[in-house]
Amino acid sequence: MDLSVINPVLLIAALMSAATPILLAATGELVAERAGVLNLGVEGMMIVGAICGFAVAVESGSPALGFVAAAAGGALLSLLFAFLTQVTLANQVASGLALTLFGLGLSALLGQGYVGVKPPSMPDVNFGALADIPILGRILFSHDPVLYFGLALVAAVWALLKFTRAGLILRAVGENHDAAHALGLKVVRIRVLAILFGGACAGLGGAYISLIRVPQWTEGMTAGVGWIALALVVFASWKPWRVLLGAYLFGGITQLQLNLQGAGVAIPVEYLAMSPYLVTILVLVILSADKSRAPASLGRIFHASS
Amino acid sequence: MTALLSLSGLTKAYPGVIANDDVSLDIAAGEVHALLGENGAGKSTLVKMIYGLVMPDTGSMAMNGAPYAPAEPRAARAAGVGMVFQHFSLFDALSVAENIALGMEHAPKMRELSRRIREVSDTYGLPLSPDRIVGDLSAGERQRVEIIRCLLQDPKLLIMDEPTSVLTPQEVEILFQTLRKLSAEGTAILYISHKLEEIRSLCDSATILRLGRVVGTCVPRETTARDMAEMMVGKVLATPTRATSQLGDVVLSLNGLSLPSPHAFGMPLRDIHVTLRAGEVLGIGGVAGNGQDELLAALSGEMTAGPGMIALKGEDIGRLGPTARRVRGLLSAPEERLGHAAAPDMSLTENAMLTGAAREGLERRGMLDWAAARSFAKRIIAEFDVRTPGPGNAARSLSGGNLQKFVIGREVLQRPDVLVVNQPTWGVDASAAAAIRQALLDLATGGAAVIAISQDLDELMEISDRFAALNEGRLSDPRPAQGLSVEEIGLMMGGAHGMEVAHV
Amino acid sequence: MIRLEKRPEPSRGFAWAAPILAVIATFFFGGLLFAFLGKDPVQSIVTIFWQPLFGEFAFYYRPQLLIKGAPLVLIAIGLSLGFKAGIWNIGAEGQYIMGALFGAGVGLAFYPAQSAMVFPLMVLAGAFGGWVWAMIPAVLKVKFGTNEILVSLMLVYVAEQFLASMSLGLMKNPEGFGFPGSRNLQQYASAHNAEIVADTGMHWGVVAAIIAVIFAYVLLARHRLGFAIRVTGDAPRAARFSGVNPSRLILFCLGTSGMLAGLAGLFEVSGPSGVVSIDFNVGYGFTAIIVAFLGRLHPVGILLAGLLMALTYIGGDIAQSQMGLPAAAIQVFQGMLLFFLLAFDLFTNFRLRLGRVEVA
Repeated sequence: MDLSVINPVLLIAALMSAATPILLAATGELVAERAGVLNLGVEGMMIVGAICGFAVAVESGSPALGFVAAAAGGALLSLLFAFLTQVTLANQVASGLALTLFGLGLSALLGQGYVGVKPPSMPDVNFGALADIPILGRILFSHDPVLYFGLALVAAVWALLKFTRAGLILRAVGENHDAAHALGLKVVRIRVLAILFGGACAGLGGAYISLIRVPQWTEGMTAGVGWIALALVVFASWKPWRVLLGAYLFGGITQLQLNLQGAGVAIPVEYLAMSPYLVTILVLVILSADKSRAPASLGRIFHASS
Repeated sequence: MTALLSLSGLTKAYPGVIANDDVSLDIAAGEVHALLGENGAGKSTLVKMIYGLVMPDTGSMAMNGAPYAPAEPRAARAAGVGMVFQHFSLFDALSVAENIALGMEHAPKMRELSRRIREVSDTYGLPLSPDRIVGDLSAGERQRVEIIRCLLQDPKLLIMDEPTSVLTPQEVEILFQTLRKLSAEGTAILYISHKLEEIRSLCDSATILRLGRVVGTCVPRETTARDMAEMMVGKVLATPTRATSQLGDVVLSLNGLSLPSPHAFGMPLRDIHVTLRAGEVLGIGGVAGNGQDELLAALSGEMTAGPGMIALKGEDIGRLGPTARRVRGLLSAPEERLGHAAAPDMSLTENAMLTGAAREGLERRGMLDWAAARSFAKRIIAEFDVRTPGPGNAARSLSGGNLQKFVIGREVLQRPDVLVVNQPTWGVDASAAAAIRQALLDLATGGAAVIAISQDLDELMEISDRFAALNEGRLSDPRPAQGLSVEEIGLMMGGAHGMEVAHV
Repeated sequence: MIRLEKRPEPSRGFAWAAPILAVIATFFFGGLLFAFLGKDPVQSIVTIFWQPLFGEFAFYYRPQLLIKGAPLVLIAIGLSLGFKAGIWNIGAEGQYIMGALFGAGVGLAFYPAQSAMVFPLMVLAGAFGGWVWAMIPAVLKVKFGTNEILVSLMLVYVAEQFLASMSLGLMKNPEGFGFPGSRNLQQYASAHNAEIVADTGMHWGVVAAIIAVIFAYVLLARHRLGFAIRVTGDAPRAARFSGVNPSRLILFCLGTSGMLAGLAGLFEVSGPSGVVSIDFNVGYGFTAIIVAFLGRLHPVGILLAGLLMALTYIGGDIAQSQMGLPAAAIQVFQGMLLFFLLAFDLFTNFRLRLGRVEVA
């Protein structure tokens, strides 16, 4: 084993990339949960986003178009969830599970012709001379645009929730939908929009895996990232900046175990590959003591007459 | 003089019930107009129509002579109608200022809003800090949030839905001063209540509803409470009676009962001492949210207490769960009927099984005897006059009063040694309420001890032998109920919470 | 305008009509999907749902129905107990794997000893393996309030890695010429879960599934514990008030479902599959979620739904080999079924009214 092949600078740069799919998906889910909707279909929306983005990028030759398609695909799938939970008032847990099961099947169906295909690559943002700064340049200024978009998204969601009236309304709906309704707020409409936003973000996160991280298409390639994103929202106590922190933590562990695998550590590969999931459980245990930050209406069904 | 708001011929039907039938009334600017009626008389539906939450089936409304038909609360607020809800439409986790901003069409910036909140609260003697989290406020303070939210929009008409049910007598007096000041400034107030003395002291005119229809109007100051009550109820009700009985031995004693609340915005119980004798009714008053739910949970066994804190007939039962306490004779009926005292989607038979399994022998070595449960449910239905097609019907299909009779009946028929009830007649029509109170008194006459927790002081004075009040999780020393004055009760309840007398 | 109105009571009729309507709607939209894929929709549906039962080779497919249906029913029965009480074990796939690993591990440890005790011991070990794996989320939920959905799901991925490690390492067949995978238990008589009646598909897992259905039915209809589960699902506070201990209920529901999933894994690895290999698990643990809902969380319903789902697996295979229908299309088809069920379920508690929009 040779740990010296692990370069800390490259590790940090890579963990930012490894964290981005989780970050995008978790930020979207955070918005949905702040509106009071628990969508367990993140994994399904991610995988559908992954294949939509992959297919469109391959067909059009443009990764950017691919990401747009991924967001659209994720949002479209989340619309099914919105219909089930907001119109037909179905149980949110069951509907989310249905969305994931359906999404996994749908993506496999859509992706049949794309196994083994290589997608067009997305160039990194050109920061010119900034990228040549030692260490910092490699860490901060050598990434693709979607990674920066993810960071901007966290900032935007934070500002929206904290400073704007739209954010206040979103939080109010998630906190007490009956009171929000009594004030004349459109609970269902606001929630549907939040679900769509969550779906689009999950789609982007999925496409980041299939177009940039891996980059290729295999069935079930999201491998639980969507579920980790769900756990991350709990970890973050529904706060955007803590989502960023958590995503980097998980990104770091994922990247580190990959690097350790590469370095030929004496631990069997399977046990290293378990680590992100075990860490997720550990973090959930440590943080589940305090649930007071959860939106009070989270997961509850709203019907105007009741 | 044209009326500020004029309603004519409003009718609203729901499946199986006509909530409002041809209701007409006028309210002038600056008038305090009472809307009086029992639970279920149609008061709530009427104000929901005025506030744009419900559309009338037929009939029309006019504001200052112009047609008025708000499609949603926003339109009503724009027209100058403000409403303070009976169950506050507030968000616990948000601050006072954020709560107020949510109810305004064009909320100013937070800093400006905070300044205006302070201004209005000074003017009307409603002290309130804009930065506090609403979940931490007392019921009276929460009501102030709603009132200030309305006042910031300079309403021409303010609707108050049962505003005093959550206040101590002292707080009620302060509220009335605020309302009189508003009325003097020209704001009309539609005041909904079933408390007659309040209406007599505050209101200029009154419209009385019964079963959705206007059954009379009067000038409250010139009408006796008794006359208004008869118009409201339609018949003279028998006041509960009880044979005087001798008090027996001590059956229940709480010795320094202290418990943290399981909820984020709940109230911990603090060092409660009280003893209860057989045959006695102890009334526990207090404003909602001062530990009532927690006290019931501590006695029912849903929350277990430390050693020595609760003794039933000399036995320490603090660590026992609900079933073991029931077996020993301590029974209870929580406030929330649907979802706590009863499972909404389950049949009455299943709900009879819910608490009756152990004492009624409905269970043998874990196996349930549904035939026995069914006959127990039938017995409750028959003896407590529960109106339902049969024991196979779901709990949620019953009206509030009928379900409450079922819940109380279920416990009373199990012959408890001690029965604890929370809000036994809340939201229940007058005849059902009278029946429930009578059942509690009969139970005490038969030798059981009863703890009645309620926010209805009239009810407590009617049935209690001794009275105590919960305030901030502490229980005052119980005093004989006979001869207690309103002022004394108010002070036991903690006076006016966090509030100096209004500078009016 | 159409609006929804809550029924005063849940409609019993609709509770049973919803799954049937869902199946009909899925036939229709599934047919559209197959047509979109360039296959004749009617022929596809016939191939999937008719051929396995009444086609030329039905004698071969009918036993398959029991072989595929048994694990689905066994797992779904366990899941339904928790789902009824609002306790969400969605990691049955992991418990299924662990049951298989524990059970096969015991069997392989005795190899090549011949004894009638081996198989019963394997059954116990399999049940224990699934139980232990489910007790992790259960204990964490009881002790720390950790979300059982996420923990049980995470443990699926852990179990999959564990399975990979075992089939490549400890349990690898020493006489397997270096190929991954364990010895074939079908060739080890004492550990083989053989057919009880030849050519019927009737193995011990089927017997266990039938026992589980009966057990669950009696539990829910007549036993205090089943009543506690039902009350908790309808109104958790009422359950608490009536004396239900929520922690014990969580331990029981998760433990039982884990045990049944572990048994399903054991019967599979010692019977139809025979070997511990990387691709041992084929998603029964997830499909069982659909089975549980489609069966309305009712034991008899689950029995029927399990057979229906088994049919889609078998028919899907036939359609794949005969018509080139992609395997993923069947997965989409199954997902659709759950969607329609959840949507139609609305009418159990609500009815449609024509009239003006109501805001109150």
